[in-house]
Amino acid sequence: MDRAETSARIAALIEPFNKKGVAITDATRFTDDLEFDSLTVMDFVAAIEDEFDIIISMNAQAEIETYGQLVDAVVKIKG
Amino acid sequence: MTDAVNQPDQPETIVGGNAPANGGDLFSKFDPLIQMRENLLATGVTDPFGLVMEKVISPTVALCNGRETILLGTYNYMGMTFDPDVIAAGKQALDDFGAGTTGSRVLNGTYAGHRAVEEALCDFYAMDHAMVFSTGYQANLGIISTIAGKGDYIILDIDSHASIWDGCKMGDAEVVPFKHNDIEAMEKRLKRIPEGAGKLVILEGVYSMLGDIAPLREMIAIAKKYGAMVLVDEAHSMGFIGPNGRGVAEDQGCLDDVDFVIGTFSKSVGTVGGFCVSNHPKFEIMRLVCRPYVFTASLPPSVVATAATSIRKLMNAADKRAHLWESSRTLHKGLTDAGFQLGTDSPQSAIIAVIMPDLERGAMMWEALLHEGLYVNLARPPATPANMTLLRCSLCAEHSAEQVQQIIGMFIRAGKTAGILG
Repeated sequence: MDRAETSARIAALIEPFNKKGVAITDATRFTDDLEFDSLTVMDFVAAIEDEFDIIISMNAQAEIETYGQLVDAVVKIKG
Repeated sequence: MTDAVNQPDQPETIVGGNAPANGGDLFSKFDPLIQMRENLLATGVTDPFGLVMEKVISPTVALCNGRETILLGTYNYMGMTFDPDVIAAGKQALDDFGAGTTGSRVLNGTYAGHRAVEEALCDFYAMDHAMVFSTGYQANLGIISTIAGKGDYIILDIDSHASIWDGCKMGDAEVVPFKHNDIEAMEKRLKRIPEGAGKLVILEGVYSMLGDIAPLREMIAIAKKYGAMVLVDEAHSMGFIGPNGRGVAEDQGCLDDVDFVIGTFSKSVGTVGGFCVSNHPKFEIMRLVCRPYVFTASLPPSVVATAATSIRKLMNAADKRAHLWESSRTLHKGLTDAGFQLGTDSPQSAIIAVIMPDLERGAMMWEALLHEGLYVNLARPPATPANMTLLRCSLCAEHSAEQVQQIIGMFIRAGKTAGILG
């Protein structure tokens, strides 16, 4: 699966969590821009894990701050 | 624990830096927290950190700020703190072995009493091995960080206690949380773990925030199906839940499938210390490789003597267990009938969590109860599930039926004062 397709699927998943309708770019930060708290992070990560049938461990999450980094991580985990 | 400002169980990353702007003061990162606490105290609310017990009269009553107060937030479930046999054993050990060991368990810190308390634990749980740590926190920290190594996976409930999270953080394993008590979410994650990776599932018998229990029988069966080892923290169930007080796993008939039980001496046992019991044939090697066990002084002789005596008495405490269940049912029903919203629909443990509409009224209610002469735990976001504000009540087997009725009356009066009951 290529990066553009992965990004499109993640963009669709992020909708219900993007309460303020922030415009998403690769540089969008989850904590600072989207104001995700730990509960939101858990639900959002679970949605992505289910969509792609993968695990994004907390160790991997710690390296992900932006939307672009998330897309890259999912592409990498999916192989 | 209550909190003018409190902490989530899951550790947060504290960001440093910005040295020129703050003059190199490493404490400047805490400024927002210091400000938040000052603002809260400026409103005139009693500082929950300022609560001092001037005199402890019994397991259920203390003198707090000059007022005789019923204690309903101590985790002293079985009321062993003032048991005459327990106290006598502690005094004797002080006389015979001194005030402290001044050494690690693996050097000069293993006395006859340390062996005796581990034997008491083996007997209590009917298991082959027991290892005693200086606190319950260190038991989780040590066992989890040691047995799950790099490349292994830890699958744990998102509402796990801080000591479990910190054990994960200290170790090198991949950490994968799942939604609280969600069997399906746990299975999905187990299924996705790469083939060949070691797996440790971590669960708790009773979750201390809401006092709810885990569906251990179902969860452990699934964990075993995927070849995972299972660790269950039974800190809040020991001595009380299960026919022999071994905890929720015993109660649900699945204790034999638990690889490691973690527990504490600071709740039902009535002193301080922590432990892990296991039937794993190689368990004894833990004593050499588990750093929070090796690199700290062992418990004082008086503490292990009180713990051993208490544990042996808890083996034959069926009457106390029955009385505590009775109190839990009475309090749960009394508060439900009064119109309070509780954390569980039925009494599942000795913890009853009363859900407050918001932090402000929760704090008012907590203070109103203190003025009535009742101490409970105030728990607030971000330490609570779903950011709830809770008044957590933990019952003691020594609470009399009259005290429980008194407590219900105090809640109703304070509920009206704080505007929570109509």
